Amino acid sequence: MAAYSIHVNGETKKIDVASDTPLLWVLRDSLGLVGTKYGCGIAQCGACTVHLNGTAVRSCSLPISAIGASKVTTIEGLSKEGDHPVQQAWQEVDVPQCGYCQAGQIMSAAALLTKNPSPSEDQIATAMNGNICRCGTYHRIKEAVVLASSKMK
Amino acid sequence: METLTKTSRRDFLKLGLTAGGGLVLSFNWSDSLARITHAGDEAAVNVDFNSYLSISPDDVITIFSPNPELGQNIKTSFPMVVAEELDADWKKVNVVQAALDVKKYDRQLTGGSGAVPHSWERLRKAGATARQMLMEAAAKKWNVSASSLTASNGFVIHADGRKLSYGALAADAAGIPVPTEVKLKNPKDFKLIGTAVPNVDNKEMVTGKPLYGLDFYREGMLHAMIQRPPAFGTKIKSVNAAAAKALPGIVDVVTFKNNVAIVGKSTWEIMKARRVLKVEYEKEGNIESTTDHDKLFKELLDKPEATVRRQDGDVVAAFKNAATVIKREYQCPFLSHAPMEPMNFFAHVKADSVELVGPTQTPDRARNATAQLLGISPDKVTVELTRLGGGFGRRLQADYVVEAAELSKLINAPVKVTWSREDDMMGGSYRPAVRYRFEAALDAKGSMTGYKLRGVGINAGNSTREDNFPSGAVDNLLIESIDHQSPITTGAWRAPITNFLAFAEQAFLDEVALAAKKDPVQFRLELLDKAKQSPVGAIRYDIDRTKSVINLVAEKSGWGKKKNLAQGFSVYFSHRSYVAQVAEVEMVSGNPVLKKIYAASDCGIVINLSGARQQVMGGIVDGLGHALYGQVTFKEGAAEQHNFNNYRLIRYNEVPEVEVHFVDNGIDPTGLGEPALPPTGGAVANAIFKATGKRLYNQPFILQEEMKGVKLGLKM
Ligand code: FES
Ligand code: FES
Repeated sequence: MAAYSIHVNGETKKIDVASDTPLLWVLRDSLGLVGTKYGCGIAQCGACTVHLNGTAVRSCSLPISAIGASKVTTIEGLSKEGDHPVQQAWQEVDVPQCGYCQAGQIMSAAALLTKNPSPSEDQIATAMNGNICRCGTYHRIKEAVVLASSKMK
Repeated sequence: METLTKTSRRDFLKLGLTAGGGLVLSFNWSDSLARITHAGDEAAVNVDFNSYLSISPDDVITIFSPNPELGQNIKTSFPMVVAEELDADWKKVNVVQAALDVKKYDRQLTGGSGAVPHSWERLRKAGATARQMLMEAAAKKWNVSASSLTASNGFVIHADGRKLSYGALAADAAGIPVPTEVKLKNPKDFKLIGTAVPNVDNKEMVTGKPLYGLDFYREGMLHAMIQRPPAFGTKIKSVNAAAAKALPGIVDVVTFKNNVAIVGKSTWEIMKARRVLKVEYEKEGNIESTTDHDKLFKELLDKPEATVRRQDGDVVAAFKNAATVIKREYQCPFLSHAPMEPMNFFAHVKADSVELVGPTQTPDRARNATAQLLGISPDKVTVELTRLGGGFGRRLQADYVVEAAELSKLINAPVKVTWSREDDMMGGSYRPAVRYRFEAALDAKGSMTGYKLRGVGINAGNSTREDNFPSGAVDNLLIESIDHQSPITTGAWRAPITNFLAFAEQAFLDEVALAAKKDPVQFRLELLDKAKQSPVGAIRYDIDRTKSVINLVAEKSGWGKKKNLAQGFSVYFSHRSYVAQVAEVEMVSGNPVLKKIYAASDCGIVINLSGARQQVMGGIVDGLGHALYGQVTFKEGAAEQHNFNNYRLIRYNEVPEVEVHFVDNGIDPTGLGEPALPPTGGAVANAIFKATGKRLYNQPFILQEEMKGVKLGLKM
């Protein structure tokens, strides 16, 4: 066990966990931030996607020891009122079915649009291809990314 | 066609008796008065009109949603029906997931696309009854006749313009005897039903609120993961847990039945401890491999006897006299359900009660199975439903609930059992593997005079649907099945059996149409006309409704009119709904590219247009993805696919455009969670054939011999 202090959603959090503990389980089990989901644990499904200094990363495969001073943003911290353009678009397009994958989808889309507010279809595909939706909401994900992009311009 | 429907106490008693076999009241409105509950604060008096509906003085309309929500949109669609007949203001509706309550609700489960047909009238009555009581309360208050009143958007309105909100009238309405007859709306007057209403949980879902079973945490709760036998047909021989127990955060290691549970303080500590847990297994039953099943299928298909599911006319003569005989075989592999949220459940077995919380499609089964295991009465067990991160049939089973309860009892503590993805894929339950042989006899004019189907499966039960199309349209027909009992556990997987049978049948009929020198759509329509004019035996599908989806999809897709596109057709009836699809493939630099899928569905009245479209699009994506990639193979009893790295699911850039249409016929609604999936594999395979001349007989498509050297393009 080791003591870590990490920056999550604008706050500093202290935890005492083994150094190889994935950020995903720190968020869920230690910090009660359960919006970040477990789907595969091997960086294949994207359900656990969070931002590390604004970049989308798979928190299931990122040990706590690798976080250092980086800023972690989870779905809970994406916006204060839940009104980030991507969150708005997701609701307007009515994307979720079961909804389990959607926090990860939203975090991937938000990271993409922050860096590139007007992505091409291929750029959207590259960013979203790492996020599996078992319910098959891909058409609406596409629609929502395009809508969010128009909101962010 | 306004419906006048009686709701008398006797009716409900009768209904309860027949539906549940015990005394189950569907609604508490069978009491003579609505109930008033004090929600903590003395001033706030909520009126519970029935088990679905409660109205507060400040106009909050609470609608309880009894069925588990796993993405089929029921938590939005069902309350819409209540709100419609109530004439509520949807913006003031607050939907609450009801816990399991067998006294208030029957059929509190999600499966078989059955909830909508089951509940349609109940939900309408729940809203209409309350609306009538509110109007009578207003009539009494104003001392006017109820006929001078209307209700709209949460208000009762007098002809002279006076109005009172439902909240203001609720307490008075509670004193009105529950009407024995209520008038339901003419569907033409629906305002909310048929519109696109966003999911009621959208905000919570997009902000990451704790909604799912895996998100359930409680002070003092322990975590656990269970090591199950890695191969079916094996049992524990010895357990050495010393190293695992010594690790930080590990509370206990408990062996029960064929399970070794590691109990600890956090998920990751348990995951690590599993790596050093040493369990030896030995043979207990048959140890089977996919290669064994492949051989077995061939044997069973040639076996002289099988279970006859349906027999019409004289197939022997029909095949003897045939001008042409077509005989083909199709095989599908085991599939994992793989809902995005892995299995999990919270259980707390206390001295005199049991608390269960988590994602289940059948809370009642979970409760009864738990009660049975613990030897207690089911009414000592409560089940609270979380949202389900997908189900696909996997959560119809109670194994993962019962083991959580058993473990809680053994360790005498509240515990949440979490399955890893690997646990889920290797030790769970699967869609059964099946192989079919189809045979068709054509006469010289190209009419189908004989039809044979034999389905052989591994723990598949009846792998046919003997009264579905083309039964009824062929004079001489034989449908049989043989099932092989295996230690590999199987279970219902979204659109059970039809999820593969439809592909095989629709791909086969495409070949038969070709041999008969007929257009595939025309060929089906002719068969349906024949079934209408001279039906043979029992027919489970509605002929006109089948034709209506065929005609609609043919029209919308421009069937047969497109020069540069190869179109494949498919139509299937399942779970009381009808879906026809046309897939379009374009050859691009010598390779087929799946461009688009058109779907025409008849599920009767569409309740929520947004949810309904989602179910069709999602069903198509699911059907396509699994037809292309899905398979679990076994080697010596162990699944060879462990996680999404080698169990491939369809991704964002692999879905074609999808265009969805509904037949508008005003018929009472049926479900849509499953019916759009079965036709997809057939439509796609038929389009690929049209484009490339290559027939696909087995799934997953991409691994078949026929696809060697073919680069199937998929593009969103
Ligand atoms: S849980 Fe991290 S990618 Fe699947
Ligand atoms: S909405 Fe269910 S997995 Fe994406």
